[in-house]
Amino acid sequence: MKVHEYQAREIFARYGIPVLQGEVCATPEEARKIAEKLQKSVVIKAQVQVGGRGKAGGIKLAKNPEEAEKLAKEILGMEIKGITVEKIMVTEAIDIKEELYVGMVIDRAGKKIALMTSEAGGIEIEEVARKTPDKIHKVGVDPLVGLKNYQIQRLVAPLFKEKELKQEAGSIIRKLYQAFVENDCSLAEINPLVVTVEGKLLACDTKVNIDDNALFRKELAELRDPGAEDPLELEARQSDLSYVGLDGSVACIVNGAGLAMTTMDIIKLYGGEPANFLDVGGSSSPEKVVNAMRIILTNKNVRAILINIFGGITRCDDIAAGIIEAMNKMEVPYPIVVRLTGTNKEKAREMLANTDLNFADSFAEGVKKVVKLAE
Amino acid sequence: MSILVDKDTRVCVQGITGRDGSFHTKGMLDYGTPVVAGVTPGKGGQEVHGVPVFNTVQEAVEATGANTSATYVPARFAPDAIYEAIDAGIKLIVAITEGVPTQEVLKIYNYLKGKPTKMIGPNSPGIITPGVAKVGIMPGGIHKPGKIGVISRSGTLTYEVVDQLSSAGLGQSTCLGIGGDQIIGMSFIDLLPLFEADEGTDAVVLIGEIGGTDEEIAASYIKSEMRKPVVSFIAGRAAPAGKRMGHAGAIIAGGTGTAEAKIKALEEAGVSVARTPMEIPDLIKQRL
Repeated sequence: MKVHEYQAREIFARYGIPVLQGEVCATPEEARKIAEKLQKSVVIKAQVQVGGRGKAGGIKLAKNPEEAEKLAKEILGMEIKGITVEKIMVTEAIDIKEELYVGMVIDRAGKKIALMTSEAGGIEIEEVARKTPDKIHKVGVDPLVGLKNYQIQRLVAPLFKEKELKQEAGSIIRKLYQAFVENDCSLAEINPLVVTVEGKLLACDTKVNIDDNALFRKELAELRDPGAEDPLELEARQSDLSYVGLDGSVACIVNGAGLAMTTMDIIKLYGGEPANFLDVGGSSSPEKVVNAMRIILTNKNVRAILINIFGGITRCDDIAAGIIEAMNKMEVPYPIVVRLTGTNKEKAREMLANTDLNFADSFAEGVKKVVKLAE
Repeated sequence: MSILVDKDTRVCVQGITGRDGSFHTKGMLDYGTPVVAGVTPGKGGQEVHGVPVFNTVQEAVEATGANTSATYVPARFAPDAIYEAIDAGIKLIVAITEGVPTQEVLKIYNYLKGKPTKMIGPNSPGIITPGVAKVGIMPGGIHKPGKIGVISRSGTLTYEVVDQLSSAGLGQSTCLGIGGDQIIGMSFIDLLPLFEADEGTDAVVLIGEIGGTDEEIAASYIKSEMRKPVVSFIAGRAAPAGKRMGHAGAIIAGGTGTAEAKIKALEEAGVSVARTPMEIPDLIKQRL
């Protein structure tokens, strides 16, 4: 789960990482007051969880409180990549001498926590890795052992000559690591970490992703901004379904993520375009099918629907009951192809015998039928 | 013959008194799996489907000789249960639990280093040696004893493939799901050598999906070390980048983890990569 820049900044500040002075707000008047309090030029930044907000006009410099109010009015309500700006952060403008990078992620292949620094801050670290990999300094931390001083040395030594800056950066890395571990982050990043003309280090842009598996922790779940999520994906998640919307016309309802991805792949292979990924999960109640159908029907590109179930823990008769309930509750204006196999498939077939659904005996047949019907 | 699960397997179910644990204990017993013990702290002395329940894994091991654990413990308590099983000397932990925090699994992974215990999962559907024992949640009936090994990152997709194999007369030596999470215990690279060494396995089916680089790492092992034929299917060709596709580990991030990259690496390693699960049996027959 992504969290907003201002939330990441609050987490980092709590661990003693030096951050920019300022506050988050939702109205131009508040922006003006924050600027008045800071008594200097301010930067106004749209709080949206997408890249490229600067280019989209979501970051502006204001020289005085009046200008801050005016620019805040422009930025609030603006749409950036389909997301409406509802909050802005107003922070002190600073004079930058150097921009560095500090970040950490879970290293899937190395099975460690990967800590990275770079003297090429202010640009995406993936781009640095591609163009100038020698400017990235990396260590892998075994979470059972923790972060060691020699590792910090390796991370900061290439960045500075000055002993004080090395020490200060080392202290920031140690605090960031602590924040990363204690908040179940999957990513924590300061980019850029700025050296000011006064020679101080400041976390200028802050980014945190939280591990979805850790969201049973209430304090972490509270960081979620429902407004930042795709509304259908949000609704699906609340119904305990896994949904990703796509551009095609062939919708699918499948049990299991692997089978759901494969269903999309084969729709494409047989000449169709998938309208979505949708996994109803392992033990599917009839209600899940109803919710899945409702979500799918809000996608206006859909022309036909495939229900592809390999029953194991999931019982085909539960799915059949869900299909019948969905068709009673809502009008489904598109043809439905049903492929049900595994646990209780005979019972499911009997239940659906008097419907005008299209049946398929195999996965391949089901996909071929639905692609044809969607044409 | 088989890998990891055989006639000496004796299963202890952690979380046996819970809804999932109890339900799947019945499924495992019905398949003929020797489930010798269950563990739920504070519920020692009870029985579930005739299986004695103990308070700790240590007690279960001492009383019954359990050597394999199936873990159905809820996510927030699962790490504790897994450490307990490791420290009790369990040889194989099959972690079914979905949603264990990644950093917790990362710690467990590093804790397991140098220890005799192996872990499958978390977020695994389990492991089955057809006709011998199943440790997990897969439908037993679709499997047939035979000589094809199956390793997968998925659950239902694996059932689909196994069903195709069995229907085509290709039985299986051992089938297992390694789990859909970002960090898991045994990966393809840890399991391929076991299948390569297993006299009961003639060929291996490797079912991968988008996210991470485990398939690429497996490909380089297959290229240099494996003599047995490997057939593969990779799910997620139609998946968009940057979106998590159900499994926590199924995400194309920063250009890494695409289906195309995995298919290319596998094909370069001499693996036959199927375009659909339905093609797998024929590809195997061609290679045997």
